[in-house]
Amino acid sequence: MKYTLSVLVENHPGVLSKVSGLFSRRAFNIDSLAVGITEDPNISRITIVADGDEYVVEQLEKQLNKIIPVIKVRTLSPGTFISRELSLIKVSCPAKQRLDIMKIAELMDAKIVDVSINTMTLQFADTLERFETLTDLLRPYGIREIVRTGTVAIEKDSALRK
Amino acid sequence: MISGAEIMVKCLEKEGVKLLFGYPGAVICPFFDKLGETDIKAVLVRQEQNAAHAASGYARALSTVGVCVATSGPGALNMITGIATAYMDSIPLIAITGQVKSDLLGRDVFQEADITGACESFVKHSYLVKNTAELPKVFKEAFHIASTGRPGPVLIDVPVDVQTGEVESFEYPEKVNIISYKPSVQGHPMQIKRALEMISESKKPVICAGGGVLTSGAKPKFREFIERTGIPVVSTMMGIGIMPSDDPQYVGMLGSHGRKAANITVHNADLVILCGARVGDRAVASPDQVVEHANVIHIDIDPAEIGKNMKTSIPIVGDMRNVLGQLLKEINYTTPDEWKQQVAEWKREYEPVPQIFDGYVEPKSFIAELSGMVHSKAIMCADVGQNQIWCANNCRLRDGRFFTSGGMGTMGYSVPAAVGAKLARPSRDVIAVCGDGSFQMSMNELATIAVEKLNVKIIVMRNTTLGMVHELQDKFYGSRYEVTEIHDVPDFVKLAQSYGIDSACASSNEEALKYAREMLKSDKPFVLVCNVNPKTTSV
Repeated sequence: MKYTLSVLVENHPGVLSKVSGLFSRRAFNIDSLAVGITEDPNISRITIVADGDEYVVEQLEKQLNKIIPVIKVRTLSPGTFISRELSLIKVSCPAKQRLDIMKIAELMDAKIVDVSINTMTLQFADTLERFETLTDLLRPYGIREIVRTGTVAIEKDSALRK
Repeated sequence: MISGAEIMVKCLEKEGVKLLFGYPGAVICPFFDKLGETDIKAVLVRQEQNAAHAASGYARALSTVGVCVATSGPGALNMITGIATAYMDSIPLIAITGQVKSDLLGRDVFQEADITGACESFVKHSYLVKNTAELPKVFKEAFHIASTGRPGPVLIDVPVDVQTGEVESFEYPEKVNIISYKPSVQGHPMQIKRALEMISESKKPVICAGGGVLTSGAKPKFREFIERTGIPVVSTMMGIGIMPSDDPQYVGMLGSHGRKAANITVHNADLVILCGARVGDRAVASPDQVVEHANVIHIDIDPAEIGKNMKTSIPIVGDMRNVLGQLLKEINYTTPDEWKQQVAEWKREYEPVPQIFDGYVEPKSFIAELSGMVHSKAIMCADVGQNQIWCANNCRLRDGRFFTSGGMGTMGYSVPAAVGAKLARPSRDVIAVCGDGSFQMSMNELATIAVEKLNVKIIVMRNTTLGMVHELQDKFYGSRYEVTEIHDVPDFVKLAQSYGIDSACASSNEEALKYAREMLKSDKPFVLVCNVNPKTTSV
């Protein structure tokens, strides 16, 4: 099962290596890791998507908490958060296919950010499921390159009120 | 103006450091230079790993923070094994390393090593200090982190220009405020209540005492708890010394190399109370079997240890001394007599039997007798290998301590640890027991012992093999002794004498005891070599 962990850390150099080092050291499997500064410039948030069972995620949480500059660890429960991933997708696109790809982009709410004679680059920010749909649709045209940021997540206030 | 080196020394003074272990080099020279102007004693070891081990022995003997210092690159790298050894056994250490000039960092200059990176997984925390003004805060935090919660080593890497750099004045912070580090100390009242209920329902309880009881200084509370309840006690290797060895309530060390009676007790219990024990694989090889028939109450200061290796019915996170205090306030339980009798019977039935070979010292009975002859508060330092198991199972501890590398199993630990222990507790008997393999990993410290005139007694169990692996090869590798014969070199007696240390070699228990009596009367160091038959097994 996939778990999304939201980790607040002190914004110091070296903290990310302490966190990422933990995964190899304790043999945890992670799908993605995204890091960025929060509304407080002294604090960064690391969003981790990990694969495992309950035991693994409990251990992961506890071991993360042991790292001194880690301030808070939360495992987000399904349905209580919004998650997004930003991706840039470069597709092969000779002139005669331009319209097809533009239609797919429009349909999926992706933005065309670059066009060349033979390629088109799409910017897409959505959930993992929708990312997979988009790449399925684009694959027949020939995906040249994909760049992904890893998932970021925020808790829904609307879910917390319930 | 005040230099970084002076600040470092003043920080150590503020923390009450009296003594440290070290090995200098170019980029830690400013620090040692200023240290010379203070009352803090610097003990020169003969290799940096031993600085960390000696600091560990010192820290354990005084329940304080041990300090070890090395230079950059190879000095720091040599210290890693010592740091990792302390980390596994939760020993509070401050490891200070010199580092190349900060503007040269990352350029692979002479003796540069990324020591904070290399130590990442072996330290509780680490600092690479980038400017002189940070030093007081870093030292204050480092000592706090090393000594509180679950103790452990903290590394402070200080580039040489940070040591020579100057700031206006020195001010040591009064308090530490790390928003992300607040170890919990009290057990949760609800969990305490649940634990008391679970204990009251138990017919066959056992307590497994680990190093955490000693680390938290909970020994008196622990004794009160077991005396009031009558619950039988087994211990992990790190927990040896919590109970006097001859206490009828104490069954012995558990685990793959422990006492059979201790393992049987745990496997027949209906409740296992883990006190500051992390259920290492050597202590409990099959935790799943235990939880099939027993409830588990796990008390530990480190929440990550609870549930890591064994499923837990009731987790209690907190300092052992406080949690035991909380339990003692309300406990009203007596262990059923049938269970106590059953445990006592197992203990009688599975007494270990000495293996006598003519012309050799029998190590198990010799250790039992030797440990009975020493001061009641003696500190026994066991190395790693068969000698460790002989000591763990046969040492007759009364009010003494047992130091060994329990988690990491680092060969060569006992001699430097004994150096640290003796400097910490000069009035106590300090004995290091090692094998001829492990002794050769740190026998260079005989020089430290000789120069510092330390009354440390070293027992070398000499069976001319790497005994523990030899035994493994006997059991699982068709007695093919690949690369485990260490032969009869060197002549340890002559070696010790070359350092000006008295030494003798014994080939029977009578002879060994005769030398032991003589050496214990003297206030000088002694190396007693005991010829042991290589067929002697660890258990």
